[in-house]
Amino acid sequence: MDFSWLQDPFYQEYLIEGFINTLWLLAVSAVGGLLLAVGVAMARIKGPRPLAWLAGGFSTVIRGTPLLVQLFFFYYGLGRLLEGIPGVQDSFIWPLLRDPFFYGALTFILSVGAYSGEVIRGALVSVPYGEREAGRAFGMGPFQVFARLWLPRAIQLCLPTLTGEMILLLKSVPLVSTIALMDLLQAANIIRDETFLVYEPLMLIAGIYLALTVVLTLVLRQVERHFPGMQPTRRRWLPLRDTERAPCRH
Amino acid sequence: MNNVSQEGLLDWAGPLLEGAVTTLEIALLAYAIGLLLGLIGASARLSPWAPIRGLATAYSTAVRAVPELLLIILLYYAGSQALTALTNALGLPGQVAINGFVTAVGVLAFVQGAYMTEVLRAAILAIPRGQLEAADAFGFSAWTRFHRIIIPAMLPNALPGMSNLWLILIKDTALISVIGFSELFFTVQQAAASTRAHFLFYAAAGVIYLAMTLTSTALFTRLERRVRRGQPIREEA
Repeated sequence: MDFSWLQDPFYQEYLIEGFINTLWLLAVSAVGGLLLAVGVAMARIKGPRPLAWLAGGFSTVIRGTPLLVQLFFFYYGLGRLLEGIPGVQDSFIWPLLRDPFFYGALTFILSVGAYSGEVIRGALVSVPYGEREAGRAFGMGPFQVFARLWLPRAIQLCLPTLTGEMILLLKSVPLVSTIALMDLLQAANIIRDETFLVYEPLMLIAGIYLALTVVLTLVLRQVERHFPGMQPTRRRWLPLRDTERAPCRH
Repeated sequence: MNNVSQEGLLDWAGPLLEGAVTTLEIALLAYAIGLLLGLIGASARLSPWAPIRGLATAYSTAVRAVPELLLIILLYYAGSQALTALTNALGLPGQVAINGFVTAVGVLAFVQGAYMTEVLRAAILAIPRGQLEAADAFGFSAWTRFHRIIIPAMLPNALPGMSNLWLILIKDTALISVIGFSELFFTVQQAAASTRAHFLFYAAAGVIYLAMTLTSTALFTRLERRVRRGQPIREEA
């Protein structure tokens, strides 16, 4: 085991950049994805029929194809297509469209939107109708009922599942190394190419991910504990991945 | 835009189909081995013997906490080096080069086994104690109890999780392309690079994977209905 390369400031810089990019991508995708998920869930429940079908189709397609294929589709497929549109390269959004980070974030936002959308939909449907009626009886408008009653109650029901989804999201982040975005794995790959070390950089990254998973789990457990009206959940610190089809049974 | 190449989707239909078959072979084999690993892992996690329990817990925890892609790359290199070290220790000189197919299956099965361990463990724990006690009371041997009582009683609980793992496995086979083995997605990448029709080929890849997952979902739904026969209809939440 040779970890002497850790002393090298260049490699330290790669690793720090990779670490920051990983966390930044995680944060952007989590926030954007959860907002999209609420939209998808509501479109499937309350939307007019064409919109509901669209949302259903979206979530079937995203959940039925590999994330890596989606990433390549958006980065190489869509990216090259956009590149070919005359005028795009001079426009102000070009720096964004050229950045692999944009495509990584786009792919992950859509992915979280589809997977968590199903989870949130299941939870929204499970909220007893009487509670919403009670809200109406207290004189809340439809939007107020949604924002102050329906959605918070649904989140209470599926928060443990959603936190599991966030851990799965963290574990998908290394995929972006395939589109030349400097995440932790890409940093490790560069170091491996330059130092001819096969394992050590990868093992360091595996260790960092292990630590990140533990930290994220602890943070999310605190979120669960402090969400109003939540019972502390059982000790369950890794997602089991069997929640995709049967979300939020209670 | 340059249109150097006139190759289209049809010219690549053959290689793509071959790739899809390879992907299915990898997935099926990895699933079978993963199922076996999961059964062993679940039995180990429920074993009364603490060291075995600890070992199985360490396996399933470590694998589930590290990203799949990282594990696949790590195991790909570690696997060939470990085998080389092993054969050298046995007195056989030289380098072991493992065939890409074997690596792909091995790596995916190893990851799959960890998740399967958890699914099967939960399913076994959900069997009412009385049924196992009844088996003991009737004098069943451990093996008979296992395959006559535990397996059939556990299947309805395990099947939703198992079906999810199969879908995840199909999607995870795409990760194998990263280590350069020619399965479906690797072929698609080559096709896209050579024809420059990236949009078309990645969309086609999506359609093929979607067809596989949708078919699997339908099959698993029928299978679930079959293992649940004789059970009261579940109330939907």
